Amino acid sequence: MTAATELRAEQDRGRKAAQNREKWAHGRTYISAAVILFWCLAPAYWMVVTAFRDVGYTYDTSLLPTHVTLDNFKTAFDTSFGNHFGQALLNSLFIGTVVTLVSLVIGVFAAYALARLNFKGKYLVLGFILGASMFPGVALITPLFQLFTNIGWMGTYQALIIPNISFVLPLTVYTMTSFFREMPWELEESARVDGCTQGQAFRRVIMPLAAPAIFTTAILAFISSWNEFLIASQLSSDATQPVTVAIASFAGAQPNQIPYTAIMAAGTIVTIPLVILVLVFQRKIVAGLTAGAVK
Amino acid sequence: MATEVGPTSVKAPASGGAPIHHAPKGVGEDNRIATQGRWAAWLLAPTIIALSVVIVYPIITAIVMSFQKDAGLDPATGLFTEGGPAGFSNYTNWIFQQCPAPGGGTVDCPPGTLGAQFWSATGTTFFFAAVTVALETVLGFWMAVIMARAFRGRSLVRAAVLVPWAIPTAVTAKLWLFIFAFEGIGNKLFNTAVLWTGSEWPARWAVIIADVWKTTPFMALLILAGLQMIPAEVYEAAKVDGASAWQRFRMITLPLVKPALMVAILFRTLDALRMFDLPYILTGGANNTTTLSILVINQIRQGFNAAAALSTITFFIIFIVAFIFVRFLGANVVEQTGAGKGKK
Amino acid sequence: MKTRNLLLPIATAGVLAMTLSACGGGGGGTTGGNDAASQGLDGRGPITYVQGKDNSNVVRPLIDKWNAAHPNEKVTFKEQTDQADQQHDDLVQHFQAKDPGYDVASVDVVWTAEFAAKGWLQPLKDKMALDTSAMIKPTVDAASYKGTLYAAPESSDGGILYYRKDLVPTPPKTWDEMMSMCSVAKSHNMGCYSGQFKKYEGLTVNASEAINSAGGAVLDENGKPNLLTAEAKAGMANLVKAYADGEIPKEAITFQEEESRQAFQDGKLLFLRNWPYVYNLATTEGSSKVKDVLGMTALPGKAGPGASSLGGHSAAVSVYSKNKATALDFLKFLTTEETQKFFATKGSLAPVLGSLYDDKELVAKLPYLPVLKTSIENAKPRPVTPFYPAVTKAIQENAYSAIKGEKTVDAALSDMQKSIESASAGQ
Repeated sequence: MTAATELRAEQDRGRKAAQNREKWAHGRTYISAAVILFWCLAPAYWMVVTAFRDVGYTYDTSLLPTHVTLDNFKTAFDTSFGNHFGQALLNSLFIGTVVTLVSLVIGVFAAYALARLNFKGKYLVLGFILGASMFPGVALITPLFQLFTNIGWMGTYQALIIPNISFVLPLTVYTMTSFFREMPWELEESARVDGCTQGQAFRRVIMPLAAPAIFTTAILAFISSWNEFLIASQLSSDATQPVTVAIASFAGAQPNQIPYTAIMAAGTIVTIPLVILVLVFQRKIVAGLTAGAVK
Repeated sequence: MATEVGPTSVKAPASGGAPIHHAPKGVGEDNRIATQGRWAAWLLAPTIIALSVVIVYPIITAIVMSFQKDAGLDPATGLFTEGGPAGFSNYTNWIFQQCPAPGGGTVDCPPGTLGAQFWSATGTTFFFAAVTVALETVLGFWMAVIMARAFRGRSLVRAAVLVPWAIPTAVTAKLWLFIFAFEGIGNKLFNTAVLWTGSEWPARWAVIIADVWKTTPFMALLILAGLQMIPAEVYEAAKVDGASAWQRFRMITLPLVKPALMVAILFRTLDALRMFDLPYILTGGANNTTTLSILVINQIRQGFNAAAALSTITFFIIFIVAFIFVRFLGANVVEQTGAGKGKK
Repeated sequence: MKTRNLLLPIATAGVLAMTLSACGGGGGGTTGGNDAASQGLDGRGPITYVQGKDNSNVVRPLIDKWNAAHPNEKVTFKEQTDQADQQHDDLVQHFQAKDPGYDVASVDVVWTAEFAAKGWLQPLKDKMALDTSAMIKPTVDAASYKGTLYAAPESSDGGILYYRKDLVPTPPKTWDEMMSMCSVAKSHNMGCYSGQFKKYEGLTVNASEAINSAGGAVLDENGKPNLLTAEAKAGMANLVKAYADGEIPKEAITFQEEESRQAFQDGKLLFLRNWPYVYNLATTEGSSKVKDVLGMTALPGKAGPGASSLGGHSAAVSVYSKNKATALDFLKFLTTEETQKFFATKGSLAPVLGSLYDDKELVAKLPYLPVLKTSIENAKPRPVTPFYPAVTKAIQENAYSAIKGEKTVDAALSDMQKSIESASAGQ
C-alpha cells in the first residue's frame, strides 16, 4: 500500500516538474522567437521607415517615422523618367517562376537518379555539379555576353532564365539528393505491391513526404533568381530587366545624389509581396501535400 | 563540431559501391546497373546541359584566356595591341605577387597595385567565409529549432526570417551602408561614434554583420526542412527512454539533420568564398576587406586575361576547400546518408 | 575508398576542363579594329545613343526634338543604370563584341583615353572633324588622347568650395588661408573642412586636386607618373596634415559625396569641397541648416584658385557604327548653344561652352555658374591615361593609407609612382 502511494506521489511530483519544465521551455521559445523577430526585422524596419520619409530628411535618425510621405513610392512607379519598375516586377516574377519550376523539375530528375539509381560515374557527376558553383560569378559575364550576342539572345528572357537556372541547379540537386536519400523508400515499394505504378508511387507516397524539402528548395531557388543582379545588369534590356536592375537604375533628381529613400521604397515594394507569396504558398501547397502523406 | 562529425562520416558503408540499393546481388547485377545507367543518363542530361552552357563554357573560355598576355600599349601609336601567349606568367604573377617592371621583367608588386593584394585578399576571403559560415550555422540552427516548435505566432516568425533574404542584395548593401554611416542609425542607436567603414575591425564586422543578417535565413530554412523530416515519434520514444534534451539533440537531431546541414554549410561556404557585393559597396575594399571576387572585378577593368587567371585561381582555391570539406567533414551527401540508412 | 571515389571525379572534372581548354577558341582579344574607323563615314540612318540613367529627364525631350527634324535618321535612347562602374562595363562589353548597335555613347571623361587606345572610338578628324573653338579648353583636353579629339564634350563638372557665409565673411583663396580659418570652426564646435575621402573614385578626385592645386601633377605631358616632386608632396601633405590635426574630421574617411553634403547641411562643417549639385539641395531640402548661409567660391590653391578635377561626359562615336555621318550630326546637335542651355536649365548640367557661363538668364537660375566657370577653367583633367583603372586604384590605395597615417607622404607618393609605372609598363 505505502509503496503504491509513494509511487503515485513520486509520479505526481514528476508530472509537476515536467509541467514546470514545459512551461519554462515554452517561455524560452517565446523569448527566442522575440529575439529572432528583432534581429531579422529591425534593419528591415529601418528600410520601411526610410521609405516613407521625405527625401529632404533622408538622414533623419528618429526611430519613429517622421516627415511621412508616399512620394518615394510614387517615384518608383513613375514611368515618365524612364523607370520601368512595374514592368520589372512582372519580369522578376515571370523569370523567378520559370526558373523555380524548371530547376525543380530537372533538379528532381537528377536528384532521383543520384539518390536512387546505381550507375557508374555518379561521383564524377556530383563533382561536376558542385564544381559549377565554384567559379567567381563576375568572371562568367563576358563569355556569356559574347555567347548570347552571337546567337542573338541579348535582352531576351531566355538569356536571363538559363543562367539563373544554372546558378540554382547545384543547390537544388544537392538538397533534393540529400533528402531523397533520407526517404523511407520501403513505402514506395509497398505502394507498388498495392498496385501502384512506379510513377504513381513516387507521386503519391514520396512527393508528399518530400514536400517540406521541395518547398524549401523552391523558395531558395525563387529568391536566388529574384535577387540575381550581376548577369541581369549586362544581359537584360529595358523590356526584360528584373527589379534588381530597375532598382540600381534609380537615380536622384541631381547627379551624385543617392536616392536612398526611393531605393528603400523599392526594397519595401519588392520584399513584402514576396514574403506574403511565400507564406500563402506554404499554407496551401505544403499543407495540401502533407495532408495526403502516409503518416 | 568538426571533431564530432568526423568519426561518423568516416564510417564508410561496408557494402562499398551502392549502400542503399536493395537489389539482390548476383547474376542480374551488371545488367541492372546498365539499365539504371541509361535511366540516370536521361535524368541527368538536362542538368548537365544547363550547367555546361552557362558555367563550363565560360570557365573554359576563361582558362584559355588566362594563358594569353593582356594587351599592351604600343608607344608609337598609343593603341593597345594583342599580348600574345603568356604561358603560366599570369598565374605566377598573382601567386608570387609580381608586376611588370618599367624596363621589362618583373618586380615585387608595389602597394597600390592589385597584384600586391593577392595574398591579403585570399586571407580576407577565408576569414570572412570562416566567420560568417560559423555564425550563420549556429544562428541558423537555433532559428530552425525554434521555428520547428509548435507555438502561437510561429508563422509570423517564419515570415520574419524570410525578410532579410528576400530583400535584394543591391538594396541590402545600400541599407547597411546607410545604417553604418557615421551619422547613421547604427551609431545613433548605440550612442557610439564608430567609423564603421573607416577602420579595419569595424569594417570587417560591418561586412560580417550584414552578411550574417542577410544569409542566415538560407541556413535556417534548409535546416528547418531537415528537422521537419524527423518523425515526432522518434523524439517521443527518446523521451520515454529518459533522454535529456541535450542527449536528444546530440543523438537524434544532429545525426538526422546532418545531411541537410552539410549541404547548407557546403553551399554557404562556396558562396561566402565568392563574396562580393557587400564589402564592395560597404567599404570599397578598404581596410582589408578586399575579397578575391572584388580583386577579380577590379582586375577585369584593367586586363581580362590576368583577371581570367585570377578567376581560375579562385576556382581552384574554392575547389580545394570543397575537397577538404568533403574529405574531412563528411559533406558527401550521398554516402553520408547511405551510411545512416545502413545502420537502421 | 569512399573518399577516393568522391575526390577523383572532382579532380577529373578540373583536369578535364584544363585539357578541353586547349581545343577552345582564342579568347578575349581586346584591341579594336582600325579598319573599322575608316568605314561607315558617310552612312546615314537610324542610330542609338547610349547614356547612363537620365537623372532629370533631359535626354528624352531632346531626342524627340531631333527625331521630329530627322525622320530618316531617328535616334533611339538606350539608358544604362545609374552606376558609373556598370556603365563602363556595359560599354566595354558592347565595344568588345563590336556591336554596331551602340552608335553614340556618352563616355565619362576618365574613360576616353582607355576607349580611344582600345581603338573603339572614332577619331573626330578629317571627315569627322568637330569644331571645338567655343568650348572651354580643359573639357576639350579631357576628350582628347595623344593630340586627337575622340569625343565631343557634352557636359562638364568641377569642384566648388562651399562655405558658411555667416561664419566666414571673406572666403579663403588659398589652402593656407583656409586652414588659418579653422579656429572659427573650432569655436563653433564643428569640423573645418571635408571633401570625399572614402576609398573610391572620389578619393582620386580629391587627392589629384590636392596635388594639382599645389602645383604638382599625377602624370606628366607624356603620361608618365610624376609624383616625386616637391609640389606633389606639398599637396598630399596638406591633406595628411589637416586630417592629423583634426581640421578634416575623422569621419571624413567614410565620406562619399552624399555623406559629406549631409554633414555640411547639418551644420557640422565650415568648408566643403563638392560638386555643383549641392547648391540645389542645400538651399531647398527641408532638413538643411545652411539654406540662407551657403557661400560658394573656387577651390583654394597655392596662391590663387586651386585646380579642380574635371568631371562630366563626352559623346563619342563608336568605330563600329554604320551611320557615322548621322552620328556626327548628332554630336554637333548635342553641343549647340541651344542644347547646352537646355541641359543647364533643365538638368543642372554644366555647359561646355564658355559663353553660357555669362548668360544672365542662366546665371539667375544657377547662381553657381560664375564660380564653376573659374573652377572648370582652372581644372585639370584627372590623369588622362589608357590605364586609368589601374592609376585610380594606385592613387586611392596610397592616398587612403597616407591620410590615415599608415604610411608617410613620401612612401605613399613613391608607391603611387611605382604602381603607375608598373601598370603602364604592360607586359
